[in-house]
Amino acid sequence: MSAQIIYTVSIYTENNIGLLNRISAIFQRRHINIESINSSVSEIENVTKWIMVVKLSEEQMKKIIGQIEKQVEVIKAYYHTEEETIYQESCMFKIKSNLLFDERHIQNIIKESNSRIVTVNKDFFVIEKSGRKEEIDLLYRELNVFGIMQFTRSGRIAVTKDEMKISTMLAALQH
Amino acid sequence: MEAETIKQTHKSSQKAEHISGSEAVIKCLLAEGVDILYGYPGGAIMPVYDELYKYQDKIHHVLTRHEQGATHAAQGYARISGKVGVAIATSGPGATNLITGIADAQIDSTPMVCITGQVGSHLLGTDAFQETDIIGISTPVTKWNHQITKASEIPEVLAKAFYIAKTGRPGPVLVDITKDAQFELFDFKYEKCTRIRSYVPVPKTDKKALKEAAKLINNAKKPLIVWGQGVILSKAEAEFKAVIEKAGIPSAWTILGASALPTSHYLNIGMVGMHGNYAPNVLTNDCDVLIAIGMRFDDRVTGDLSRYAKQAKVVHFEIDPAEVDKNVKTDVAVLGDAKASLKSLLPLLNKNSHKDWHQKFKDLYNIEYEKVIKNDLHPTKEGLTMGEVLKEINTQTKGEAAIVSDVGQHQMIACRYANFNKTKSNITSGGLGTMGFALPAAIGAKMAAPEREVVAIIGDGGYQMTIQELGTIFQQKVPVKIVVLNNEFLGMVRQWQQLFFDKRYASTEMTNPDFVAIAKGYFIEAKKVTTRKDLKAAVKEMIATDGPYFLEVRVEKEDNVFPMIPTGASVSDIRLE
Repeated sequence: MSAQIIYTVSIYTENNIGLLNRISAIFQRRHINIESINSSVSEIENVTKWIMVVKLSEEQMKKIIGQIEKQVEVIKAYYHTEEETIYQESCMFKIKSNLLFDERHIQNIIKESNSRIVTVNKDFFVIEKSGRKEEIDLLYRELNVFGIMQFTRSGRIAVTKDEMKISTMLAALQH
Repeated sequence: MEAETIKQTHKSSQKAEHISGSEAVIKCLLAEGVDILYGYPGGAIMPVYDELYKYQDKIHHVLTRHEQGATHAAQGYARISGKVGVAIATSGPGATNLITGIADAQIDSTPMVCITGQVGSHLLGTDAFQETDIIGISTPVTKWNHQITKASEIPEVLAKAFYIAKTGRPGPVLVDITKDAQFELFDFKYEKCTRIRSYVPVPKTDKKALKEAAKLINNAKKPLIVWGQGVILSKAEAEFKAVIEKAGIPSAWTILGASALPTSHYLNIGMVGMHGNYAPNVLTNDCDVLIAIGMRFDDRVTGDLSRYAKQAKVVHFEIDPAEVDKNVKTDVAVLGDAKASLKSLLPLLNKNSHKDWHQKFKDLYNIEYEKVIKNDLHPTKEGLTMGEVLKEINTQTKGEAAIVSDVGQHQMIACRYANFNKTKSNITSGGLGTMGFALPAAIGAKMAAPEREVVAIIGDGGYQMTIQELGTIFQQKVPVKIVVLNNEFLGMVRQWQQLFFDKRYASTEMTNPDFVAIAKGYFIEAKKVTTRKDLKAAVKEMIATDGPYFLEVRVEKEDNVFPMIPTGASVSDIRLE
């Protein structure tokens, strides 16, 4: 069994009900966990872009890309390693307001981590941070010492360093 | 605004008719050339059935006795005709009963469109009576599926459904239509689908790959072809024959590829796989170039992959890019439609005969003949063998019959020993291994090709899974010939229990009813044969009968199917006894 690597999967699709089921079933059938998933509009009008993070061998990855592309409403699917992409995640922390004043260190953490205070009221404050997984993990560990009321984190969003020739491909398909 | 749009549409097309969604369904089917469909009515599909009643002179609905039977009948129809099979059912249990047939069509690449009724759109997600999430349930086993909640979507979605089902690598499509959409009136206009932006049915063939393939084939000293259903699905039989004859390559088939080349052809060296022929299995591990055409290296074909054709360069002609390198690493993959690829390949090939190499297949065939085939076809023991029944059917149908087999020992025997003169003559459940397939599939096959002799070969186990379709045969007067090879066992499982579970026959022995009486209960002519001397006359009578006929043959209880590649073994470790 070859080594398991983290891959970012980018899938361009039509925007259709049920496609999430179809794509996630491809992973589920093979007993592969999806670490994160995000769906949004893409750079092309009327084309949806999915970003998924999965951990598997390259051989498995290639086969799964084939299965994904086989779906009627999938336009194109790509996979990339960490080095080939620029990626970000976003997270939010809800923390008791009194800590902001009692624990001076928290303010330093917010500053040093480049986090942003979204809102503050008398009971709680909310900070937001975008960054790589490790940065968010670090921030979590630092804040967890003081107590976190709520924490949530988004799926990965990513763009590739190399050009994806999807627009040219789509233009060709129009004829 | 909306009213205006409708007005404009009206103006722009003189042809638009103001009709109900359910009538639109029928008109779509007619536009797609559907003449027969198989199904079962129920609450949520009643508006469509009401239209089927009105259109019964144009489109023939066949009431099966179970929705699973409808799907298998549609499959049989599709497999013998190459056209799209259509099955229709109501919501809830009607829809879930289609799933086995849909899964079977998916794994065996059979073009099929299933239409299901659904509860009214205002009831979706409320656990209404007979509501089931058939889109969710069918997703992993369909090529495409879609739920319609507005009548206006019907023409476009059904046009897409037929296009997707039959193009590229064919497969099943399910369209779920809510009851309100069936009742709703709208302006109907039908346009066939010819393209979907995100869907590439046939990948482009790379000329360079084709040349590389030709080079490998021309330089090969011991080439072996394994072909699959792709040859039949792309109607490439003639091109295939031309290629193998020019290059003189021994060619073996997968179970679904059978009949694309006549059994008697000098380059047809038999079946590969678990119960395939000895020579092609053994020599898979001796060939220098393995050429796979329209097949997908199923585990039943390859045995242990780590010991499969490791010495050979592999060339794969394939329409589905996801199949390339899925199980066996290829050296050259030629993507595209088999018919076009083989046509382009032909002029690139050198003429050859590979006489010495061919002799090796003949030598191994002789070993298989002595150890297995002789005893199967010309038994000297008292009990009847399944093989001699097949031999008798071959003789009396002159190899012209379409053989529809179920799943198990009799299926392997049927595929091994049936003589196929014509293509699309071996209709069986290959990938899914669905017991109960044959009886309803034979109905569909016979109705699609009434000019052909259709003989269903079924075991006593599988027969009882869809035995109720005798009712359909009786009502529709479908002149299929049904042969049940009765060994009073679930024979294949029993064989495994004997070989791998120390003869612990757990739940495989069957106490069977009087099959002849049951057939006669449906007013189907029936006979039972228990001795060799009666076999010939009985088969003769069956073939001579104009209507449906049921023949039960009592065969040896504990016969085994050989050769056999035990699970996990290599193809060259195939056992002859």
